[in-house]
Amino acid sequence: MTAVRAMLQRDLRLAWRRRGDLLLPVLFFVLVASLFPLAVGAEPQRLQSLAPGIVWVAALLAALLALETLFRDDFADGSLDQLLLSPGSLSALVGAKVLAHWLVSALPLVLLAPLLAVLFRLPDEAMSVLVVSLLLGTPVLSLLGAVCVALTVGLRRGGFLLTLLVLPLYVPVLIFAAGSVATAAVGASPAAHLYFLAALLVLAATLTPFAIAAALRIGAE
Amino acid sequence: MPMAPRPHLRLVAPDSAGAWLSAEALGCERGERELFTALDVALAPGEILQVEGDNGTGKTSLLRILAGLLEPSAGQVRWKGADIRELREAYRAQLAYVGHKDGLKAELTPRENLAFAIALSGRAPKQTPDAVLEHMGLSAHADDPVAQLSAGQRRRVALARLLSIPATLWLLDEPFTALDQHSIVRVEEMLRTHVQAGGMAVVSTHRALQVPCRRVRLATGSP
Repeated sequence: MTAVRAMLQRDLRLAWRRRGDLLLPVLFFVLVASLFPLAVGAEPQRLQSLAPGIVWVAALLAALLALETLFRDDFADGSLDQLLLSPGSLSALVGAKVLAHWLVSALPLVLLAPLLAVLFRLPDEAMSVLVVSLLLGTPVLSLLGAVCVALTVGLRRGGFLLTLLVLPLYVPVLIFAAGSVATAAVGASPAAHLYFLAALLVLAATLTPFAIAAALRIGAE
Repeated sequence: MPMAPRPHLRLVAPDSAGAWLSAEALGCERGERELFTALDVALAPGEILQVEGDNGTGKTSLLRILAGLLEPSAGQVRWKGADIRELREAYRAQLAYVGHKDGLKAELTPRENLAFAIALSGRAPKQTPDAVLEHMGLSAHADDPVAQLSAGQRRRVALARLLSIPATLWLLDEPFTALDQHSIVRVEEMLRTHVQAGGMAVVSTHRALQVPCRRVRLATGSP
């Protein structure tokens, strides 16, 4: 347990020491989302119907961009070897790592999302559903992404491969998350979509740490 | 590509009684290239094994196999007779590994790096980070980010792990890289103390160690 807490603490401290990097996914998220009104026109009706998809695709791409930093630095400086040699549970350690990663890379997006919702003139109910869907969905993105990063960590040019591996896995999250916001925007109950997202989160949180640990042992050879 | 059978490399008599770390008929392939085959290793408490060999002969791979970080293409590594793949955590709790990369976080200070290494080991430290850094002559840099240290100083921080984490088996990959003469003597002294206390070490280096040890030379990889 000490090791897990130390892992979380170390990664948060590292993120704080290079806090300039934290802004990048956030800026990316806002910029990508704000390109759409320029491209499709600022007509409120159209923006409102496109907004759930736009915000979620932007969040997904920002999450993908942030994945790069997850294990690659640790692999490059040799600290990954020390993690693999820890006598504690590797799944618990990587769980802590992914949690730290989510806190610094995805939580800011969740907090910024209401701003985008205003930009796209989403109704209030849809705005709160957007935040809930991001809270449930982005941890799944981080966990699934971590499996793929772990698999490609030893490859020299893993970036493209990572994208190709990760994007198909993100599709279910995208469908249910954007679906929930779109349903709320037309005044219907988004409960079904949100329950599906919650189920995905429970599955990912319980199963992926083991997959990440196994993938790291293979990927770091 | 047919490959001529290579001589059976025997580092030590496999019957050497009391060996805690032993490996039989180890083979290692990286990509298409065969680095070594039929390599036997046996190490008893109080012994140091020095691994020599030209670049690319598999010194790092051998150490990674012994650490359980790399799967050998043939053979197995045993700790007190049991396969390390089955021992897992129990074996890792006996180990301290300093690879050719330092395993330090450049943004953290030496003290923070050591404190994390101790927490990660899950064991009560032999010495506090401060005491260890003083021993390694790094007290003045205990609170500077590792990124600001020289290569030799970083190496010393990495080696300082050995003094703080209790471990029976040390696996050191080129520990003397970038070290000055003074630090080399200090590390050799650490090795001597470690084996006198019943520890074991496998060290890859080109230096003639000033500590009693057995030597093994890995032959050139491809014919």
